[in-house]
Order: sequence, then C-alpha cells, then structure tokens
Amino acid sequence: MAYAASATARPPLLDRERTRNAAASVGLFLAVLIALWALWEGFKAFGESTGLRLGQFEANDRTMPHIHDIVSTLFEPSRRNGPLLIDVLWDAALFTAKEAAVGFTLGALIGFVLGALLAHFVLLQRGFLPYIVASQTIPILAVAPMVVVWVNPRLPPGLKDWGAVAVISAYLTFFPVAINTLRGLTSVDPRALELMRSYAAGSWKVLWKLRVPAALPFIFAALKIAAPASVVGAIIGELPASIQNGLGGAILNFNQYYVTAPTRLWATNLIAALLGISFFLVVLLAERLAVRRAPEHVA
Amino acid sequence: MSEQAVVSLRNVTKSFGAGGVTALQSIDLDVRPGEFVSLIGPSGCGKSTLLRVVGDLVEPSSGEVIVNGKSARQARRDRDYGIVFQDAVLYDWRTVEKNIALPLELLGWDKGRQTERVRELLELVELQGFGSHRPWQLSGGMQQRVSIARALSFAPALLLMDEPFGALDEMTRERLNSELLRIWQASGSTVIFVTHSISEAVFLSTRTVVMSRRPGRIAAIVDVDLAQPRNADTREEPRFFELVTEVRDRLREGGLDEESTAPGEGELVVSEETP
Repeated sequence: MAYAASATARPPLLDRERTRNAAASVGLFLAVLIALWALWEGFKAFGESTGLRLGQFEANDRTMPHIHDIVSTLFEPSRRNGPLLIDVLWDAALFTAKEAAVGFTLGALIGFVLGALLAHFVLLQRGFLPYIVASQTIPILAVAPMVVVWVNPRLPPGLKDWGAVAVISAYLTFFPVAINTLRGLTSVDPRALELMRSYAAGSWKVLWKLRVPAALPFIFAALKIAAPASVVGAIIGELPASIQNGLGGAILNFNQYYVTAPTRLWATNLIAALLGISFFLVVLLAERLAVRRAPEHVA
Repeated sequence: MSEQAVVSLRNVTKSFGAGGVTALQSIDLDVRPGEFVSLIGPSGCGKSTLLRVVGDLVEPSSGEVIVNGKSARQARRDRDYGIVFQDAVLYDWRTVEKNIALPLELLGWDKGRQTERVRELLELVELQGFGSHRPWQLSGGMQQRVSIARALSFAPALLLMDEPFGALDEMTRERLNSELLRIWQASGSTVIFVTHSISEAVFLSTRTVVMSRRPGRIAAIVDVDLAQPRNADTREEPRFFELVTEVRDRLREGGLDEESTAPGEGELVVSEETP
C-alpha cells in the first residue's frame, strides 16, 4: 500500500538542476563584483573630472586608488629589494589566521558551555546575563591592552604574545555563541520535550538527543557572525600586543606610508577581508554537513 | 475489575492555576486490557488533559491514577506506555528509521536489535523503503504513521493517542482508522484515544467515553458493540448510525448544560460530520 509514496514524497534535486543553481550563484557573484568595481571606478572618474568635494574628501589616486593598481601592488616588492607584497601579506595572514582560529575555537567552546549552563540554571541566567551583555559594551580597544597585560605574563613561551591575541579574539567570539546557544536550547518545541518526558529521559539525554540538535541552526547562525569577528579581534589584538608578524602589524606599518604608497594599505585590507570571508565559508561548510533540518529551518 | 485494569482512575480532579479553572472533575474510569477506549467531548472539555494525567505528563490536583498496577509516575519511568500526539512530533534531524529507534536508543538496545525492530515496524505501518527519508519529505499521514511506529517500538502495553488524525483530511483519516484497528489487533495493546470526531470514536472503539463541557466530567459511557474486525462496510451498518446518534445525543446533553448556565459562551465545537 504505497499509495502516498510517489505522490507526496518530495523528489530530490536533479543533478542538472543543482549544476544550474551553482552556475547561477557564480554568475551572480561575478556580476556583483563587476558592478562594485564599476561603481568605485565610476565614482572616482566622476569625482576627478568634476573636482567634486564632499567635505574634506576629494576623489583622487591617493584616496581612491585604481582597483587594478591595488591588485598589481600585491605582485610588486614590498620594499626595495624585498620580497613581493603578496608573500609578506600571505605570511601575515597565516599568522593572524592562527590567532583567530584558536580564538574562535576557544570562544565558541566557552560560548556553548556558557549558553548551556545559562539554559539549565535559570537563576544563573538572571544573575549573570546582564554582566555578559555588559562585557560586550566595553570597546574591544579598551579591553585588548588589559588582556595583554594580564594574560601575557602567564603564558608559556610557545604561546607568548599570539596567545593573548587569541584570547582577545575569543572575547569577540563567545558572546553571540552564548546568546544563541541559550536561545536555541530553550526554544525547543514543548511537545518534543513532552515526548522525551514520556520516555522518562534524563536531562543529559534530553540535552544531547533533543536540545542540542534542535539548537544547531541557532548556534550556526551565531558562529557565522563570530567567524569574521574573530579575525577582526585578532587584527585589533595585535596592536596593543605589539605583534609585527600579523595583518594588524601590516596595517599599522602601511598606514604610516599611506601618503606615498596608498595601494599597499588597500591591498592589506583586501587580504584581511579575504581572510574573514574564508573563516565564514568554513563555518558555512560545517553547517551544511552538520545541520540536517527541513530547508526552512536552515538560515 | 479494578485489580486487572490497565488504567484505573479514582475521583481524579485537575484544576489549573491559583484561580482554579477546573479542567477535570471527579473522573472515575477503568480501562481493561485489550480495550480500545475513546474520549470524546467538545474542545476544552479536558480530554487531552485526562490523557496526559494517565501518562504522568500532567499531575492531577487530587485523586488516584493507577497504570499497570502502579502509580502513573512509576509506569512512566518503567516506559509502560507509548504516546502519539496530534502532530507527529518527529525530530527533523533524524531519518524516519532513527525517529522510530529513538525510544530504543534511550532504552539502550544494541544496534542490531534496533535495526531489526525498526524493519518490523516499517512493515507494520507500511512504510517500507522510507526508512532513510527525512520527516519533512513525507506527507502528514505518513508522518503520523512514523509516529505510531515510534510509539509501538518498545511494545508498550498501553498506547495513548491525542487526536492523532485530527490534522488530516477525511480520506486519509478513514484509511488510517482502518490501519490503526489492524495494528491494534496485531499488537494486542490497550488504547486510549482522544478525538472530537463522533464517527471516528464509534468506528474505532470498544467503548466511547463522552465528556461534558468545562468542568470536564464523564457524561456517559457508550458501549460500542459493533462486530470485529471492522472495515469500510462497518460505516454503512444501521447499528453504526444508531451508535453515532447515541453518542451525539449524549454530547448534546453534556454541552447544553453548560450553555444554559453560561449563555453566549460559544457553541458546541464538536465536528458534526455525517457518515
């Protein structure tokens, strides 16, 4: 009696449809990229030809270098007889990526455990939540130097400096994860909980078999916010830690030479953005693998 | 009778909140092994609450609830019953197989035994070949069959069903009614079935408990003496119509009491489908 089978089961996407969807996404991405490029160059050309001034701002090669100049700078020596800029920035990006990855992992774990504790103990939630929120109202620029002063002396030689930066990065990561974990764990369908109760399942079983899987879309939404934020945290953290080897150091360095070589700072920003985007994409991929929910539940 | 009853309710009352909306008042009921008992009544008469009291999902304010010769709480802890809700309440992130196996996992069955049992159940509810589907790929009726398979997975002596077919269309509902009777007879379990459909109650049950409007009381118990096994022809028998009429009359009596004391409180919300 397979009466309902053929009529109602949703057919899986055909391979051809999937290929077409992927092609459309790539096409759209390129179209937007070209449009942004045209907007930048168009505004620059318009500003230069009309002498338009917006307050102090004037479009010229210093304030708005050509996109092709920014890209080509990457393949020129970073200083006289030095290595190519792209090599320098690649090393810096790897260094910052290490700080951000450790910070992200640390922050995500702390955020998850904190969210789970707050979800389980309502009293804890009332007592601590305001302080957790308050922790995020203090600018990271004010927190970072203190973390360096407090944490750095206690770190073993292998973690010196960059370990403190990872902690700063974790400081930006844990908050959205904690808040969304709390929200996800507590917004479980009451009937699903009733079902667990009918099986006399203990709260540990309920946590792992129901609450956590149900909360995963919430947790991943937070991780997607936290991943680029962890890169920002690492870059900012490098400044008070006086770390020269990362992207933060590179930004500080090229900022000093902006008047003579503006494209180098722009190129550094470009690499920083690409690093943030790759962190985001890793989380997106993990979400695809981990979250098996009805399509409408996946953010 | 009461010592061999699967479920025995003595003077059960339930009120909610400090102000005390009385949902159930002085309920006495014995359900014998192998019976199929329907609870029917207007919306808000407390029939779902009564089912949850039996399942120890709601605690009664007073009275005694004995399930399988022990307290309702102990019966729940011993996994003496399976429950089916109006919505299938399947876990989206699990396949159909894994949903059916959920109680078995919690009971600590080994994997091989789980797989074997799930295969049997898929056959019982006629969903062979859908084991690795995700719940949201199935129709409402198929989802509800998965939920019935899950409730039966650990072969509980008692099956509690809270308007399981209420959200389905009439055609699907009648087909699942026949299937449920087949499953009930194959499994030999006792069923308590909440519904607001008169024809469904009469078609399925051996006894129909008619409940009155708030506060929920048992207004009448109608013995359904239709022959077993029942099938589509049963719905055409004169005796079927007589019983439907009787249940409807009992419902009217229960409902009108309340309407005369509280005019304008809304009409009887029992679905009045003519068979």
